[in-house]
Amino acid sequence: MPLQQKHLLGLEGVSAADIGLMLDTATTFREILERPIPKVPTLRGLTVVNLFYEPSTRTRISFELAEKRLSADSVNFTTSASSVKKGETLKDTIRNIEAMKIDMVVVRHQAAGVPHFLTQCVQAAIINAGDGMHEHPTQALLDMFTLRERFGRLDGLRVAIIGDISHSRVAGSNIRGLMTMGAEVMLCGPKTLMPRDVEKFGVQVTCDVEDAIAWADVLNVLRIQLERQEAGLFPTMREYHAEFGITRQRLERAKKEITIMHPGPINRGIELDADVADADYSVILDQVTNGVAVRMAVLYLLGGNEESVS
Amino acid sequence: MNDIKKAKALLLHGGEVCDAADGNRQKIDLLIAHGRIEKIGTGLEEGFHGEKIDVSGCLVTQGVIDMHVHLREPGREDEETIESGCAAAMAGGVTAVCAMPNTTPPCDSQEVVRFLKKRAEEQLVEVLPVACITKKREGKEITEMAELVKAGAVAFSDDGSPVVNAAVMRAALEYSSMFEVPVIEHCEDPHLVAGGQMHEGWMSTRLGLPGMPDIAEAVMVARNIALAEYCGGHIHIAHVSTAKSVEYVRRAKENGVKVTCEVTPHHLTLTDEALIRYDTNLKMNPPLRSHEDVEALLVGLRDGTIDVIASDHAPHSLEEKDVEFAAAPFGILGVETMLGIVLSRLVQAGELRLEEALRKMIIAPRQVLGLPLPRFQEGEPANVTIFRPEESWTVRKETLHSRSRNMPYEGWELSGRVYGVLNRGYVWTAGL
Amino acid sequence: MLRAPAMDLKVSHAMEVKIKAKVIDQEGLKRTISRLALEIIERNHGVADIAIVGVRTRGAFIAERLVRRIHELEKKQVPFGILDITLYRDDFRKRLRQPLVQVTDIPFEINDIDVILVDDVLFTGRTSRAALDALMDFGRPASIQLAVLVDRGHRELPIHADYIGKSIPTSIGEEVQVRLQESDGEDCVLLVEAPKEVQ
Repeated sequence: MPLQQKHLLGLEGVSAADIGLMLDTATTFREILERPIPKVPTLRGLTVVNLFYEPSTRTRISFELAEKRLSADSVNFTTSASSVKKGETLKDTIRNIEAMKIDMVVVRHQAAGVPHFLTQCVQAAIINAGDGMHEHPTQALLDMFTLRERFGRLDGLRVAIIGDISHSRVAGSNIRGLMTMGAEVMLCGPKTLMPRDVEKFGVQVTCDVEDAIAWADVLNVLRIQLERQEAGLFPTMREYHAEFGITRQRLERAKKEITIMHPGPINRGIELDADVADADYSVILDQVTNGVAVRMAVLYLLGGNEESVS
Repeated sequence: MNDIKKAKALLLHGGEVCDAADGNRQKIDLLIAHGRIEKIGTGLEEGFHGEKIDVSGCLVTQGVIDMHVHLREPGREDEETIESGCAAAMAGGVTAVCAMPNTTPPCDSQEVVRFLKKRAEEQLVEVLPVACITKKREGKEITEMAELVKAGAVAFSDDGSPVVNAAVMRAALEYSSMFEVPVIEHCEDPHLVAGGQMHEGWMSTRLGLPGMPDIAEAVMVARNIALAEYCGGHIHIAHVSTAKSVEYVRRAKENGVKVTCEVTPHHLTLTDEALIRYDTNLKMNPPLRSHEDVEALLVGLRDGTIDVIASDHAPHSLEEKDVEFAAAPFGILGVETMLGIVLSRLVQAGELRLEEALRKMIIAPRQVLGLPLPRFQEGEPANVTIFRPEESWTVRKETLHSRSRNMPYEGWELSGRVYGVLNRGYVWTAGL
Repeated sequence: MLRAPAMDLKVSHAMEVKIKAKVIDQEGLKRTISRLALEIIERNHGVADIAIVGVRTRGAFIAERLVRRIHELEKKQVPFGILDITLYRDDFRKRLRQPLVQVTDIPFEINDIDVILVDDVLFTGRTSRAALDALMDFGRPASIQLAVLVDRGHRELPIHADYIGKSIPTSIGEEVQVRLQESDGEDCVLLVEAPKEVQ
């Protein structure tokens, strides 16, 4: 079965078959990355623009590498929201870029729904590289790929996502993807950082990190932003670490091996202790490597769609 | 709108006259001369040489008033003008609109009130200026309310923003009560909605958009009720959207507080689930709420807690709305579709009796504002809305009379088609 | 934009194909593989520095048989790998949907050895070109030799095979179908009339 999507806007509504296909395809690309020449000519002649309205070196580099390893031509458009305010509208920007014969757009924006909006503006295939507090599908795919590689399955796996769930698109996509693939999901964080009605996703919710650790096979630890403290959503980083920080002591108390994930960049000593981040049960660097393979798979599967060919 | 004519000598015959004040209906003809009802009766054709308008199959009621309209003039004439707004109102069977004061400059001085009155002088639709509660809508110092009332302001509001400072609101309520005009408040706690884009709940969590919780409205409603109760002023809650607000108003009314409120057709017919595609034409403030809220609004409408239906007609240019959701301004069109939506989605859907619906769009708003009621009596000015309750039509953006197109009802099948309106000595018919 | 659904390969296989001739039967196939194995051994003076890499899917099965036959003849295990060339094909922009990519599995260094590349049918030469490119990305072999079960002519690129099981001259309206036990349940090579939409 070919992929049933023209765009990758999020994982909401994406079938288990499609997620499975993306992960399977990523397995192939993971092998390519191990080759002496980690590059294939597949997307020669295809042009991808990386439209980043938010600074994100990691995700952009990961996409850029994925594009280059598939021999696509890639162009970066990086800008900050403030400079955009003075200039042209998003619609004008994207239509101008499309006029230069672009086949695919990878977009990162601070506002939810921007990838949806772009599909209404242009013909090119749109890949969401993170929109506001909504979704970040390739991050969730690489997280699932990493878990599948480690556990051989996703079905029945217990994944606890720890931290600022409210503002996390990583959580948004992971919840959807994992639930679709049959995993169990628990969310853990301060009540002030838990989105309203989130249990309607079918997830469990707790405010006790020890409970989450006792329950989980995997902890996906989210980055906590200083601006949430400034917004008064939790009192201090010190208290956050004390209440929600993942420490070796807390993990040892669970008396079982727990896999640690983090989408990066890590605040060492705040949400995650350094010795945990670097432990052999941490797959954080695998996530980074797998990110390139997963993004290659997504580009490959969406790139062959003739509708995207100008 | 070139088919507006002087209503010199007209005979409306074959229709059913419905007095919105008591719901009485009668198959009877109206003879209009120089904008006044000259005769009411049957067999009036004899010896009549003026224009005869056959309104059989139509309901003839007093003119509908929309007490919440943004005409955008002065300042944003690209989005709407008094002329285009009045044209939209007429097409929607509305003969009077309250013009909200968040214009540029805002309507906080007698000059702007007079400007509005002057610009609308020749219109069939009566424009009733609502003046600002505070100077420049800054929420700090109250306006020259006495002078503004003398100039023609019918109410006060800082609509678009709430009066955050409770002491200022207290002063506004106390001061305005001297002139017996209501203070209309856009109830919203700015800190609770900070950055919000839509109703906070399951849908905002799914869509990843910052939420505007229902309590942001409800706490301000509660505060305003407490203030009105304390100082005896008349608070009118604009566009209530939450179950909690309805409950607070209901209890306050039971306690004898002078509080009234209005609801928009969109808050009665749409929920936040409609936002699934991030359509900016569904972005408004207050936002579309949950099913439970809509149910509570309908109950409030039926039990009399909610007095008025008003559109919150808020035109925005295509450029401003054709952007990503977060960047789009709040507000949708409404004055032209209000009657149709109420008649089909509420009355025909069995949610509200026709008599009740008409009361809330004809009688109640005028009572809230302390305006005289149009009456079907010989010698009275003819202020009339004529519509065919059974005839259905399809809403199309391109046929709207507003200068803007920000409306989510494209393709909606509505029943209740406006046939024409009479007011201020003019008559307009839709040419059906 | 609407378009016709992508042609499903399975459907086209299920369609009635008109068989014109059975060019090689089960026994014949066995003999051909044996001969190819001998030729490879002869030309390389034994099998000391060679490896065999088959192109997915049927090329890999033929390659596997060659490795087995060589083992029978020489009592030596030749390194064996599988190459998936999907990502090297030159018709990417022309296809409606992406075929499933499968893993390439070459569990040995190919530097400085003689690689025998094995495919089922040599036709335009485009698959072989893609396979050569793919192989080169794994290192720098001393040489690459091409072995095919059938050469049916109509080359579009300057590519020739070093070992040919059988040359079958075909017209453009014809197609060669290699059927193998591993993938098709039988061993034979058929000359069939090409289904219209493939032309």
